[in-house]
Amino acid sequence: MKAKLGSRWKPDFWFFTKLVVIVVMCLFIVYPFYTILTKSVFSNKVEGLTLYNFVRFFTKPYYYQTLLRSIVVCFATVFTSTLIGVPIAYLMTRYNIPGKKVLHIFIIMSLMSPPFIGAYSWIILMGRNGLLAKLFALFGATAPTIYGRGGIIFVFTLHLFPYIYLYTSGAMNSIDSSLEEAAENLGMSKLRRIWTITLPVILPSILAGCIMVFMTCLADFGTPMLLGEGYTVLPVLVYNEYMSESAVNPYMASTLSVIIVACSLLTLAFQKLVVDKRNYMMSSLRPPQETKLKGWKRFFAAAPIYIIVAFAFLPQIVVVCQSFVERSFSGMVKGINLNNYRAILSRLGTNIRNTYVFSLIAIVFIIIVGILVSYILVRKKGKVANLIDTLIMFPYVIPGSVLGIGLIVAFNRKPIILVGTAAIMIISYVIRKLPYTVRSGSAFLYQMDPFIEEASINLGVSPMKTFFTVTARMMLPGIMSGAVLSWITCINELSSSIMLYSGKTSTIAVAIYQEVVRMSDGTAAALATILTVTTILSLLLVFRLTKGKVKIV
Amino acid sequence: MSNEVIIRDAVKRYGDFTALCGVSLDIREGEFFTLLGPSGCGKTTLLRMIAGFNSIEGGDFFFGSKHINDVPAHKRDIGMVFQNYAIFPHLTVRENVAYGLKARKIPAAQIKPQVDEALDLVQISHLADRKPSELSGGQQQRVALARAFVIEPSVLLMDEPLSNLDAKLRVQMRSVIKKLQRRLGITTIYVTHDQEEALAISDRIAVMKDGRIMQIGTPNEIYAKPQNPFVAGFIGVSNFLDCQVEAPSAGEALVTIQGEMSVRVPVRRAYSGRARLSARPEQLFFAGEGMPATVLFSIFLGDFIEYEVQLDNGQSLIVNEYTKDTAAVHADGEKVRLRFDPLRISLYEDESGEVLSL
Repeated sequence: MKAKLGSRWKPDFWFFTKLVVIVVMCLFIVYPFYTILTKSVFSNKVEGLTLYNFVRFFTKPYYYQTLLRSIVVCFATVFTSTLIGVPIAYLMTRYNIPGKKVLHIFIIMSLMSPPFIGAYSWIILMGRNGLLAKLFALFGATAPTIYGRGGIIFVFTLHLFPYIYLYTSGAMNSIDSSLEEAAENLGMSKLRRIWTITLPVILPSILAGCIMVFMTCLADFGTPMLLGEGYTVLPVLVYNEYMSESAVNPYMASTLSVIIVACSLLTLAFQKLVVDKRNYMMSSLRPPQETKLKGWKRFFAAAPIYIIVAFAFLPQIVVVCQSFVERSFSGMVKGINLNNYRAILSRLGTNIRNTYVFSLIAIVFIIIVGILVSYILVRKKGKVANLIDTLIMFPYVIPGSVLGIGLIVAFNRKPIILVGTAAIMIISYVIRKLPYTVRSGSAFLYQMDPFIEEASINLGVSPMKTFFTVTARMMLPGIMSGAVLSWITCINELSSSIMLYSGKTSTIAVAIYQEVVRMSDGTAAALATILTVTTILSLLLVFRLTKGKVKIV
Repeated sequence: MSNEVIIRDAVKRYGDFTALCGVSLDIREGEFFTLLGPSGCGKTTLLRMIAGFNSIEGGDFFFGSKHINDVPAHKRDIGMVFQNYAIFPHLTVRENVAYGLKARKIPAAQIKPQVDEALDLVQISHLADRKPSELSGGQQQRVALARAFVIEPSVLLMDEPLSNLDAKLRVQMRSVIKKLQRRLGITTIYVTHDQEEALAISDRIAVMKDGRIMQIGTPNEIYAKPQNPFVAGFIGVSNFLDCQVEAPSAGEALVTIQGEMSVRVPVRRAYSGRARLSARPEQLFFAGEGMPATVLFSIFLGDFIEYEVQLDNGQSLIVNEYTKDTAAVHADGEKVRLRFDPLRISLYEDESGEVLSL
C-alpha cells in the first residue's frame, strides 16, 4: 500500500468564514451596484440597451450643472477646510494652547455630529426667520444669506475641517523632531524649515485629509438639500430624480448614481496613485516638543482656535436651546418648556425606538463581522483577504443615497423582497458603517504580537479556541472603539435611510429632515437634541475606552 | 577661527533633576573626541547643548574664542549626524546633501560640484538620485555623513550614529567615519554607549556617569589606567578583589589579598586600610605559586581561553589565557594558583574609590 504523503488541504473555520463574508458582501454590495449599473443603461424613452441617459446628462445643463456645482462645492470646501485645519493642527501640536485636550475633543465632536444638524442650526441662526437675520434687520442691514452655494460651503467647512485637522496633527505628532533639528543644524531659518521640510513631509497626510473632505462633500445629501434652494448638487438631484421616477425602474437616478460613484472612484484612484506612494514612514525616536508661549503670544495663538471651534460647535448648542422653545405656527415664541419633547414622544415615538433598535442590531452584527474580518485582514493575508478588504471598503465610495437606491432596485422583486422592512435598513447600516470597526480593529490587531496566539496554541489550546479565548478578547478594545464610531454614524444616518424608510421603519434622522421641511423647528430641534446628546455620550465612551487616543481617521 | 571646543562648568537641569553638574572639557582642533557612558549619563544632553537644541542652565561654551551660548542653532555652523540619520524623506540623496548649502545661499553652480565631491567621498555617487526609502541603513548613514560635512562645519557632532546598524556594518562604518575624519581634519565630538566602539574610533574619550565626567584620556589610558572603579568596570572587563593596603608614604605599598598573598605595588600617596584591587582578565595568569583557586568552567575562544575560577574565599574571577602562550587547557575542577603583574593592576580606596596606584 502506498500512502500519499504531504499535507492535505482541509476546509477550516476561516475558509467558511471567508466564504460567508464574500457571499454576503456580493449579495448586498456588488449585486445592488450591479443592478444600478444595468438600470443606468436603460431608459423608458428608448428601447433596449442605450446610453440615452448618459447623453442626456452631459448635454442638458439641468443635469450637468449639478455635477459642476458638486465639484465647485467640493473643491471650495477642501480649500477652506485646509486653510483652517492645517494652521490649527500646527498650533495645537507645537504650542501650549490652553485647554488643548478639551479643544481636541470638541473638534472631534463637531465632526461626528449629524451633518444636517449643522445646516439646520445655521438656518435657525441665519435663515429667513433666523435670529441673526433679525438682529441684522434691527440695524437696518441684511444678513449674508445662508442659502445657496456660499452657505453650503460654509456649513461643510465648519463640519469637515476636523478631518484635515486630525490627519495633519496625526502627521505632525509622528514627524521625528530630528528632521527639523537637522534642517536647523544645517542653517535654515524657522520659516524656511517649515516650508522646505515640515510641510512637504506632512503633505501626504494633508492630502489624505483633503480626500476625506472631498468624498464626504461629494456624497452628502442633507446639507445641500436643506440649504441649496435651487443650487442643486448631484446627490440632491439623485434624490429628486428617484422620487419622480417609478421605484421599480429608476433609470435616470441609476445613471446619476453611476456618475457619482465614478467621481468617487476617480478621487480614490488619485489617492492610491499619488498620495499613498508618498507616504513617509517615520521612526519617531524623538517626538516633537511643545513650544511654551507666554502672555499675549499664547493668547493670540489660542484665540483663533477658540473662535473656530466655537463656530463649529455652535450648531449643537443652538439645537439644544431651540428644543426647549415652544413656537406658534407663525414662529412666535410661546414659552420655554418641554412641549417639543412631549410632542415628539407622542407623535414620533416609533422613530426614536426604530433608531436605537435598528442601530443596536446593526452594531451587534458589525462587532461580530468586524472581529472576524479584522482577523482575516491581518492574520490571514492573501488574495481572498485582499478581495474582502476591497469589498468592505467599497461603501466608502458609494454615497448612502446610491446604496439605498441599489438595495431597493435589487430587493424589490423575487426571490428576495426586503423593501420596506426593518431588515433592509439594518443591512444598509451594517454595510455602510462596518469599515469604521474593521479599520479600528485591524489597526489594533496589527500592533498585537502574533506570538501570544502561538504561545496559546503551543500550550495545547486549539486554534479555534485560542481565537475566541485569547485573540478576540484582546482585540475587543480596538473593536469597541471602532464600534462606537459605527454606532454614532448609524444613529445619525440620513442619506440611505431617506431612500429606504417606510411608514413603520422611519428614524429620527428622517423625521428631523421632514420636520425641518415642514418648518416645525421645535420638534426638529428636540429630535436633534436626542441625537446630539446620544452622540456626545457615545463619544465620551470612546474617549474612555481609548484613554483619549481616539482614532477617527 | 580656531576650531577647538571649550566647555566650562556646563549645567543642565530638567525641573528638579540635574542632568549635567558642571562639566568642563577642552576639545582640541582636529581631534576625534568621544563622550562615552551608560544611558542617562548626560552625554547626549551635552551634545545637544553644543548643537544648540538644549537650553544651557549654566556654564560657557566656546568655539575657539567665540562664545556661542546665545548663538541660535541654525547659525552655529556645526555639522550633525543624528541617531536615526534624520534624512529628509521627501528629498533625493542629492537634495538632502545640498540642503545645507542652499541654506547658506550658495549659488547652484557651486553646489553641484561640492555635493558630487561629498557623495564621492562616502562612495554613494551612484545613489545620488534615489529617494531615502530606497536606501539601506548603511547607505542612509553615508548620506547623513555627507550632508553633515559638505557644509564644511567647524565642528562635527555625532549622536550614536552606528546604533541602528547591524554588528558587521557597525564595524565597517566606524572605519569609514574614522578615515573620513582624519582626511577632513574636522574637530569631531562623538556620543556612544558602546565602549568597544569608543576605544576603536577615538583620539580621546570622556567617560561620563550621572552628569559628571569620570575620566578623560586616550583609549589606552582609559583602558590600562582607569582612575576609578566605575571606569574600570565600564570599560572592558575587570576583576575586583578586596585587599588590605599598608603604605606609610608615597612610593611602595604592601598589598595583602585574603591574608594569603602579598605583593608590592607602587602607589601615589600614603594610605593604610581596606582597598579594592582591579585586574583585567588578561593580566591574571596561572603560576606555581600565588592565590589558590579552582577552575569552574572554561570557554575556548580560539585565540584565547576564558576561565571562570573561584578563589578559596568564594569569589569568582575571569582569567584569559592566550593559546599561543600555553599548550594545555586546564580542566574544570583543577586546583590552580593565580598571580598578576603589580604594575598592571589598579588600586582604589575602598570608601571613596579614589585611585592609589600610579
